Amino acid sequence: MIDVINLHKSFGKNDVLTGLNLTIDTGVTEVIIGRSGCGKSVLLKHIIGILKPESGQVIIDGQDITKLGGKELNNLRMKFGMLFQGAALFDSLTVAENVGFNLIEHTDTDKPTILKRVKEALSLVGLYGIEDLMPSELSGGMKKRVGLARAICMRPSIILYDEPTTGVDPIMADAVNDLIKVLHDKLEVTSIVVTHDMVSAYKVANKIAMLYEGKIIEVGTPDEIKNTANPTVKQFITGAAKGPITGNENFNHELLTEGEAR
Amino acid sequence: MPLFKGFFRRVWRKYKATLHYIGGITVLLLETIFWSFVPPFRRRQFFSQVYRIGVSSLPIVFLTAMFTGMVLALQSAYQMQRISAQMYIASLVALSMVRELGPVLTALVVAGRVGASITAELGTMKVTEQIDALETLATNPVKYLVVPRFLALLVVLPLLTIYADFIGILGGYIVGVFKLHISSNMYLNMTTSPLGLKDLYTGLLKSGIFAVIIAIVGCYEGFRTTGGAEGVGRSTTLSVVTSFVLIIAADCLFTALFYFIGR
Repeated sequence: MIDVINLHKSFGKNDVLTGLNLTIDTGVTEVIIGRSGCGKSVLLKHIIGILKPESGQVIIDGQDITKLGGKELNNLRMKFGMLFQGAALFDSLTVAENVGFNLIEHTDTDKPTILKRVKEALSLVGLYGIEDLMPSELSGGMKKRVGLARAICMRPSIILYDEPTTGVDPIMADAVNDLIKVLHDKLEVTSIVVTHDMVSAYKVANKIAMLYEGKIIEVGTPDEIKNTANPTVKQFITGAAKGPITGNENFNHELLTEGEAR
Repeated sequence: MPLFKGFFRRVWRKYKATLHYIGGITVLLLETIFWSFVPPFRRRQFFSQVYRIGVSSLPIVFLTAMFTGMVLALQSAYQMQRISAQMYIASLVALSMVRELGPVLTALVVAGRVGASITAELGTMKVTEQIDALETLATNPVKYLVVPRFLALLVVLPLLTIYADFIGILGGYIVGVFKLHISSNMYLNMTTSPLGLKDLYTGLLKSGIFAVIIAIVGCYEGFRTTGGAEGVGRSTTLSVVTSFVLIIAADCLFTALFYFIGR
């Protein structure tokens, strides 16, 4: 179980998380939705302990990750797999070295076994015969899938996805969604998916939480979210340009309609 | 007095930023030294860095040292000829190369070439979240990225300095023997006789300190890069400028120190 309690984080004068509370049960796929730049990735980085909060706790299976350091932190991190927005593959390593990074670095596994595990992980994401390529030789979608293979190679019990469908074509986006579902069903992992792609959110989620102005403002099943009474959530999920979220923002379209073309 | 107030606020902000910088550099240095002694030792990465930093710097160090040695001989010949003391050109070239120009010029060339590439590489890794990814894979970025570069520079820069010393002396020899017609025997004799072991090791000690500066400043600037491609460019420039200033300042400090200790 992951329990985020009263999390505060700011960068300079910019308050990103302002007392965020969220509970994620084991084995659940929880989708966190919200606008670009509202702090979704920041939340993920707190859950895996890359960022430290100003105050608040993140309890992972009884341990507060914000208080850990060194070896204990790294041991806890071995439970995690994380897919980054831009895949974040290591440019200087081959695909196989990327995917098998944890096995090579943290275990005494022999080379043939590592290669076997790497091939397994790559086949789970539908990639074959690219072990010796460098990341620069891959397309964006392939990079993302290799990043996912790296995240699942150690059989983590918690997988964090930072915008898994951003930057891949719609067909591949659906394949990624299927993959998230299959991993959830087969490996029974806890998944946290950060996205603003509502198609993806409805498809993979057991629960959806909306992050707005540094707090979770609503949590529910996909159906509950679809039928929400909260106008803020409603505006986001229907993708309307006008509403409470954009109340203060002025899209100055008059410039285009007034007067003649210049 | 709003003008006055703004001035003080700016000075205070700069002062805080400088303190922050010094603190950050110191912490990174201590962490790097700590992790250098913690196994496992990454031999493969160490040797690949030795190759990238050392072997590929040989041509540019060669050119710099050769021309400096030649210029040194020519410039001093201009003065020495007036007092018919040409034979001291050899000693002058040897001492100034080994004690001063060898270590400093090599460090500056390597700071420009290697320090910049370290910052650009780590900075790109930072802005593409590769450093975050390392942490999520339970790997300490200082141990994985900084230590191999630090140790490689610490080994390679003194070796490059010795190489530069030899090439610089060779440059002086070429000018002295073929242009100024000093006999070869006499030139070699006048090169080796004033050189003591102390001259060599103070030079090498300085180059070890320069290696620490280049590695730590380069990695620190890389780690604190933000803001995409523009940020990488900015921190690369800062890395080279800071290394240059620190190298020259450290050189002055240690030369003075050796001078007073040596008396």
